[in-house]
Amino acid sequence: MKILVAVKRVIDYNVQIRVKEDSSGVHTDNVKMSTNPPDDNAVEESVKLKETGKVKEVVAISIGEDKAQETIRKALAVGADRGIHVKSESYIEPLGIAKILKKVVEKEKPDMVFLGKQAIDDDCNQTGQMLAAMLNWPQSTFSSKILLKDKSLEIIREIDEGLETIEVNLPAVVTCDLRLNEPRYASLPNIMKAKKKPIEQIVAKDLGVDIANRVQQIKVEEPPKRKAGIKVANVAELVSKLKNEAKVI
Amino acid sequence: MSVLLIAEHNNKNLKPFTLNAITAASKIDPEIHVLVAGSGCENVVKEVAVVSLVKKVLVCDSPNYQNYLPENLAPLVTKHSEKYDHIVASANTFGKNFMPRVAAALDTSQISDVIKINSTDTFVRPIYAGNAFATVKSNDKKRCVTVRPTSFEPASKAGGSAQVEKIDAVNVPSFSKFIKREETKSERPELGTARVVVSGGRGLESGENFKLITDIADKLNAAVGASRAAVDAGYISNDHQVGQTGKVVVPDLYIAVGISGAIQHLAGMKESKIIVAINKDGEAPIFSIADYGLEADLFKALPEFLSELNKLNTIQK
Repeated sequence: MKILVAVKRVIDYNVQIRVKEDSSGVHTDNVKMSTNPPDDNAVEESVKLKETGKVKEVVAISIGEDKAQETIRKALAVGADRGIHVKSESYIEPLGIAKILKKVVEKEKPDMVFLGKQAIDDDCNQTGQMLAAMLNWPQSTFSSKILLKDKSLEIIREIDEGLETIEVNLPAVVTCDLRLNEPRYASLPNIMKAKKKPIEQIVAKDLGVDIANRVQQIKVEEPPKRKAGIKVANVAELVSKLKNEAKVI
Repeated sequence: MSVLLIAEHNNKNLKPFTLNAITAASKIDPEIHVLVAGSGCENVVKEVAVVSLVKKVLVCDSPNYQNYLPENLAPLVTKHSEKYDHIVASANTFGKNFMPRVAAALDTSQISDVIKINSTDTFVRPIYAGNAFATVKSNDKKRCVTVRPTSFEPASKAGGSAQVEKIDAVNVPSFSKFIKREETKSERPELGTARVVVSGGRGLESGENFKLITDIADKLNAAVGASRAAVDAGYISNDHQVGQTGKVVVPDLYIAVGISGAIQHLAGMKESKIIVAINKDGEAPIFSIADYGLEADLFKALPEFLSELNKLNTIQK
């Protein structure tokens, strides 16, 4: 079996982002970038499935500017076999990303496509579901436990009420929750080996799919700031403030 | 120019966030039609038909929709979307799961987790874990929108008299199967809608110590929340997680105990009306957004807090 795993390069999750003064977006120059955290879980799960012997090949794909190759290299260092870089200098919405992934799926014919449940920059939580719809495949979102059977996946999903178990036939699209696994660190020898693994390059606009954005970003602003609070000396003062000043208890 | 809103329910009762989504939808267009897809869901239909602002209820009662598998639900929504310019659902695990399938089938770009509606095509949504607000304009003819329920007041559950119309089920694929759902049972209010939330983090040090949190929550009739660190450490189940990857809450009072205040956690609670932080680290980032901060050891402060609450004559419920 074969897994295609999609990874995105985003601003590192620890970075306090800064909104640009002209409201056109957020500062990304000289900001630390890394793999979108749930995508790390998707790669880890793919590699774990490969280690069981049931999956023969893991292909990592990223769509974006040249530096997206670094994100692919990281997946290769963790255990993916080869990479595909779909080059695009400009931002593509989840709809366009899903269309590109569909093209690649048609060519690569994987049994499973793994993605993170959402990217921590645009916070859309759409791409996996859109891809599943376009391929007319089943989907499992917010997946926190995956059991590979002969021709299906039994998956536990995180839902608002608790947990849900579903079974989806292969081929299927799976989006991964942070609780799915503990992503491993790449060792130095594996990082060196990953440099020799192949990355195929494709130019997004050569794929012949409509990736024009439908949503126009008018402005990006900082959220309203909270007023500075106070520190109370002890518990009695805290309870008194909540009761008499804030009037919330 | 009307709105098709997809109701969330458990086949017996309407889930409360649908009411918030109805208010949001009313800001797009007053002609709101609500789709109830389920199995044996007569009571849900009755409940929806009297919600104010709802003009029409479309009902598809079929075993196919009992567990709202997105593979089954999305084609039904897509088929009946023809007459509507907007398709709306709550941005919780229900709406997030099926709506992008609808959007892709309609070849439209979805607008996720909207917190403000400026006009029929312009919306405000948080990005980067709520550290920036983006105003976006959709140029699609048909728009799929999920709304952040806590950013809109719930519509009144009475006063409406919507017309009810039965619609046909559509063929469903056989490649996905629902097996079971394990709901976390709790006597306490639901986290997403509670007036008061008491949350614990890594500072609790163990699952047993969460009792210090639950005792106070019970006293205040509050829901219990947690940081991702507390969930990952196994102190409490994941459906209590507040944050970018958990739930977004906007209670009147949020009490964060032993939570440092990482960006991801703040994304889920920083719109709360009053924020209290109890932490022994005076430099913890949570203090920068707390209205009232108490720098103290939680193992001393929480029992004291409970005894102070016990001294009060009345506590708002």
